[in-house]
Amino acid sequence: MSKMHVKMTVNGKAVEALAEPRTLLIHFLREDLKITGPHIGCETSHCGACTVDLDGKSVKACTVFVAQANGAEVTTVEGLVNDDGSLGVIQEMFREHHGLQCGFCTPGMITRAHLLLQENPTPSEEDIRFGIAGNLCRCTGYQNIVKAIAASADALNAQKEAAE
Amino acid sequence: MIPAGFEYHRPTDIGAALSILQEHGDEARVIAGGHSLIPMMKLRMADIGHLVDLQDIGELRGIATDGGTAVIGAMVTQHELITHDGLASAIPLIREASLQIADPQVRYLGTIGGNVANGDPGNDMPGLMQCLDAQFELTGPDGSRTVPARAFYEAAYFTARDDEEILARIHIPIPGAGTGYAYEKQKRKIGDYATAASAVLISVQGGSCSAASIAMTNLADTPIWAAAAAAALVGSSLDDAARSAAVAAAVEAIDPVSDNRGPVEFKKHVAGVVLRRAIDRAASRAS
Ligand SMILES: Cc1cc2nc3c(=O)[nH]c(=O)nc-3n(C[C@H](O)[C@H](O)[C@H](O)COP(=O)(O)OP(=O)(O)OC[C@H]3O[C@@H](n4cnc5c(N)ncnc54)[C@H](O)[C@@H]3O)c2cc1C
Ligand code: FES
Ligand code: FES
Repeated sequence: MSKMHVKMTVNGKAVEALAEPRTLLIHFLREDLKITGPHIGCETSHCGACTVDLDGKSVKACTVFVAQANGAEVTTVEGLVNDDGSLGVIQEMFREHHGLQCGFCTPGMITRAHLLLQENPTPSEEDIRFGIAGNLCRCTGYQNIVKAIAASADALNAQKEAAE
Repeated sequence: MIPAGFEYHRPTDIGAALSILQEHGDEARVIAGGHSLIPMMKLRMADIGHLVDLQDIGELRGIATDGGTAVIGAMVTQHELITHDGLASAIPLIREASLQIADPQVRYLGTIGGNVANGDPGNDMPGLMQCLDAQFELTGPDGSRTVPARAFYEAAYFTARDDEEILARIHIPIPGAGTGYAYEKQKRKIGDYATAASAVLISVQGGSCSAASIAMTNLADTPIWAAAAAAALVGSSLDDAARSAAVAAAVEAIDPVSDNRGPVEFKKHVAGVVLRRAIDRAASRAS
């Protein structure tokens, strides 16, 4: 099968490449672009470790063809750092509240939390649990992940207030 | 988990999509959100030479709720169904059911059109659409036609849609004010298909049930619209005997198979439990 010309914006940078249409977005990111934040846990649409932001939607990059993402804007956990390269708010809160143990699920969790907090800046604990239901963690028991996301909401809201 | 190769097409109007389907016949398939199709392609259970992506076809999007009918474009995602306030107030049953489908990531991409066209008995929307008496608008090389959801499903993965037709829109009569509704689903975990699920609408007038509609999901090789179960409620005061008779009629109408979600007897039991809960909740909401 012939390769196609793929163009997209990944973490704010324009990228162009030749790829087979059947290439999964997760393989394109990890193997062609060497962006290895998004992980492959199951490769069968179940675990959420591969979660990236695609045009303002949280998606499992193992269940999107690169052809479908042609022209899109993609953000991975690497794109959520501050401009100076230091940890972004949600990343920092995961560190501070021990929202990770092995860290395998963390890039997906943080990328999902990023959009969840944009859509709902003041989530209840239940909203957080429902909102991350597509991301599995085999280590933490979720408690500290939920705390980290709640603390991120507070920190982001405080930042917003300070800026106003 | 790498699917076989294919040629990729991304037409911008229905006409162009239809001509690709006509040109390549059996070898071509449309893709909407891809969250049923891509897993099948990865397992190499679907062999597709030409994949026709519907994402850029604007006329397949949009939700309208004016007049007595909701019109929903096939490419409307489950996430959009949930977050559309106009739809949620017109037909709250759709939001209640959509929130029980899959997980957030799947709902951002999975579409109503893909869910109803897929033909998988595990999908939640076919039964939901039968309960609501939806009409499916199909567009093909010879123009458009409309098929009722209640006549669309023939067997697992076999529907009334011809290979060269695209599901364009779904038309749903908006239930009258005060109609009670419930979608009840038993699943093993978040993101799982139903062990049993049930959609119920109930109207009451002067203390008795004036109309009802009941559909059951993943309990046969098609969704089951259980007319006899609804008939057991109509005319009653929705007393316990009528509710039990409705449950018995629905359990009679289903035909589950034994699989990793449990043996037949268990599924019939769960079907009865979810339907009873759905009837109770719908009745409590009817006014
Ligand atoms: C982890 C996981 C959990 C899930 N859990 C559930 C669940 O609990 N309940 C549930 O109902 N679903 C569930 N799903 C399936 C999900 O809802 C799918 O998104 C949906 O079934 C198909 O919609 P789609 O837009 O992704 O369609 P696609 O996968 O793109 O297409 C499905 C089929 O429909 C055809 N098709 C699509 N659109 C059209 C159209 N407009 N006209 C004609 N044919 C069309 C395609 O050719 C294909 O054969 C789950 C999926 C995953 C990955
Ligand atoms: S790797 Fe994509 S969901 Fe598990
Ligand atoms: S921290 Fe190990 S899987 Fe989540």
